Amino acid sequence: MNIRLVLKSIGLLLTCEAIAMIPSLVVSFIYREHTALVFVDTILMIFCFAVPLCMIQTKHKNMYARDGFAIVALGWIIMSLFGALPFFFSGYVPSFIDSFFETSSGFTTTGASILTNIEILPKGLLFWRSFTHWIGGMGVIVLTLAILPSLGARGIQMMKAESPGPNPGKLVPKVGETAKILYGIYLVITVIEVSLLILAGMPLFDAFIHTFGTVGTGGFSNMNLSVGAYQNIYIEIIITIFMFLSGANFTLYYYMIKGDLKAPFKDEEFRFYFGMVAVAIALITLDINGHVFHNLWESLRHSSFQVVSIITTTGYVSTDFEKWSMFSKIVLFILMFIGGCAGSTGGAMKNIRIILMLKIMKRELMQIVHPRAVYSVRLGKKAVDERTLSEVLGFFFMYILIFITGVLVISMDNLDWATTISSVAATLGNIGPGFGIVGAVGNYSSLSDLSKLTLSILMIVGRLEIYPILLISMPSFWKRLSI
Amino acid sequence: MRIIIIGAGKVGYFLAENLCKENHVTIIDRNSAALRKAEENLDVLCIKGSGVSTSVLLEAGVKQADLLIAVTSTDEINMVCCLTGKKLGAVQTIARIRDPEYAQELSLLKEELDLDMVINPEQAAADEIARSMNFSTAMNVESFAKGRVRLVEIKVTEDMPIAGMKINDIPSKFSSQILIGVIVRGDEILIPSGDYVIEEDDSIYVIGKSSNIYNFCKMLGKCPVKLKNVMIMGGGRIAIYLANLLTEMGMKVTILEIDKEKCIELSELLPEALIINGDGSDEELLQSENISDVDAFIAMTGMDEENLMSALIAKQNGAGKVIAKISRLNYAKVANNLGVDSVISPKLITSNQILTYVSRNNVETLHRIIEGKAEIIEFIVDRKSKILNTKLKDLKLPHDVIIATIVRKNEIVIPHGNDLIKEGDRVIVIAKNKNVSQLKDIIAYNRGKA
Repeated sequence: MNIRLVLKSIGLLLTCEAIAMIPSLVVSFIYREHTALVFVDTILMIFCFAVPLCMIQTKHKNMYARDGFAIVALGWIIMSLFGALPFFFSGYVPSFIDSFFETSSGFTTTGASILTNIEILPKGLLFWRSFTHWIGGMGVIVLTLAILPSLGARGIQMMKAESPGPNPGKLVPKVGETAKILYGIYLVITVIEVSLLILAGMPLFDAFIHTFGTVGTGGFSNMNLSVGAYQNIYIEIIITIFMFLSGANFTLYYYMIKGDLKAPFKDEEFRFYFGMVAVAIALITLDINGHVFHNLWESLRHSSFQVVSIITTTGYVSTDFEKWSMFSKIVLFILMFIGGCAGSTGGAMKNIRIILMLKIMKRELMQIVHPRAVYSVRLGKKAVDERTLSEVLGFFFMYILIFITGVLVISMDNLDWATTISSVAATLGNIGPGFGIVGAVGNYSSLSDLSKLTLSILMIVGRLEIYPILLISMPSFWKRLSI
Repeated sequence: MRIIIIGAGKVGYFLAENLCKENHVTIIDRNSAALRKAEENLDVLCIKGSGVSTSVLLEAGVKQADLLIAVTSTDEINMVCCLTGKKLGAVQTIARIRDPEYAQELSLLKEELDLDMVINPEQAAADEIARSMNFSTAMNVESFAKGRVRLVEIKVTEDMPIAGMKINDIPSKFSSQILIGVIVRGDEILIPSGDYVIEEDDSIYVIGKSSNIYNFCKMLGKCPVKLKNVMIMGGGRIAIYLANLLTEMGMKVTILEIDKEKCIELSELLPEALIINGDGSDEELLQSENISDVDAFIAMTGMDEENLMSALIAKQNGAGKVIAKISRLNYAKVANNLGVDSVISPKLITSNQILTYVSRNNVETLHRIIEGKAEIIEFIVDRKSKILNTKLKDLKLPHDVIIATIVRKNEIVIPHGNDLIKEGDRVIVIAKNKNVSQLKDIIAYNRGKA
């Protein structure tokens, strides 16, 4: 373990975070709010920590996988701690644990909130709350790689640990440029969505907030009733489409820009994702039509918004789906585990892992029919490495194990079944709203401090895809020689 | 520059490591373990597949590639890769072709396959060893300006008069016509300034005119003797090339080879050499062949470990200079510490040749020494250069960079602060690795500004 390098890199990350607070500071100034001072204080405080860390001289420049994981895991936790300061200092969120919950929910693009009345918050704070989605969506490390070239070749270790999906690849030979391309695409999508939302009649500030929430697949809104507050069908359609786009692999957009317009449909994962969304919408529409909504059009409108919102792990709400039938709610619950595609801003297990596990299942069964047959699992036209397959199975096991452990801790609050189970699924998968108390119109404020802290950690565990956080909690990870 | 490297073996990896800082490098290999290593440690794009396949090459972006380097273990694959790559749009191609059978028809192949460069690692290694034979005291010898300037590495021992001397005092005591460019002390690499003191066990890199270097070595008390008897262990391809070269230089060559069949073949190919069928790591055999009278012992079987051990046995039994061939670069430092005089790595030589080719637009010769931690670069100053007619002390060179030698027509100048660089000069610069891109910038900047 190269502790000096890890600390130095965390210093760089914190510097980036301080820079990322500047837009919120500007917003506070524009609306002439006293929270501007809060941001100035926080930025100064972060610099006090970050500057000495950045000054550390490293003896060895080598970075191994282990160091990358340590930087990502510690970096995310420390960033969430510092990111919580504006909420805490401003006095709007008096408890630090609540502030930490809100910030990790932002960075991990979960969108779960402890705020009961969002609308009273100053604009500067609201902007920061949603801006964390935007940064966290594509990844803080990726942002650091894109703007700070000094990390260079070592960056790939960190990018691997942060990016979602089993095999994050590079688009171009240089890590730094790959990061720039990804953020470029991200920025373009953001600008388009903001313009469309303004055209659809949303105020400028709200358009920014909802765009950050959509492209980062986060789900923070500045309205208590989320997107449902606008009662505007165009806004809902725009947000649905952009949520869907943000849940797909960004690499595909790069190939489309390069001229391969059919790239998404050649990609097996995208087809599966598209299929899942279509099937879920169809099932829920048929189920709720006539019971909850009176016409098919209305049912389709809300079911498609809700399905896309949950599968991409955004968590925006257009209507209170708590009132839907059990079948629809269970379909949504299942979608919480599937999540977006690899290389998207979405969370949860990712479609690609589900596809691979289905293929492994088929292979295991076929192996019994033909005991001596040799099958290789293929994705598209390429055979998948056996190592990747075992990683996928291991990941699934760890995901379920952590889910169960989480449920056990939350159960100490003695809440109902739906709340206990869905709150863990919704935070571990970075969705946001669950069912019951934490459902579509509810929030997480009534949970105990222990539960809030557990759920905050679960959000980071889920966003970083389990490995980094599990690794840093293992004592042998920190030993110089682990035998 | 966009570069595609086919084959992620030792040479491919080394090349990628050195090229990836300034270029966009893509590596193609069929072995996923080799690729994983490259992907984890280097800032490159890795693609699994065969470099012969058109679709793989297209995926690697061969259409925009400026250079394609094929260094897989098979000559034929390398040739086909280059041929396909060229047809698909790669601007330049380099292939490694090592089979002596092909070596005969190299020029034909080069033309027919439209190759821009062909490397034969064995031939290159043989050349390098033969060159270092001229300087028996030196551990390594490199030449610049078409052989007029030489760089030698010398290990400082207790009995040498320069041990404990300041760099500033050397010109007055010895000769002002040489320059100590690099000092290696333990793990440290120093580009020395005047008040550094040379210590025992340092390795020093001395640059200067060939004859001056020769005199300097003489003054150190290590009079370079002309080598007469050379013993080569292992009768591989390099041995054949080398035996031919050494015989031409008037040396007597003995080759030890364990395989009887191969011995017969060797004796047919090399009528001048003495071929002995036996194990070179056998002390008895070495003594019976009068190892103590041998001026140089070169171990170059296919096994690194065997080469190192045999070289050490030979040294202990009184051989003059011992050289070992290794293919794992990380053995080099250990070998030097153990007392092997010189270590030759065909892979390193191959890589250096390709690197020089890649950066040849800017430089004439490029050598990487001490595992690539320092570079010696030779370039020709053209009319447009801004550093023309500026006193060296006024040039703001980056830290750890020195101008070591200026070659002006037939004159070789070891520069001082008041010397000027003129048009057409060959300038040899020594730089610690981290400054290389900066140095390039300086050269480019100076050229661009004019």
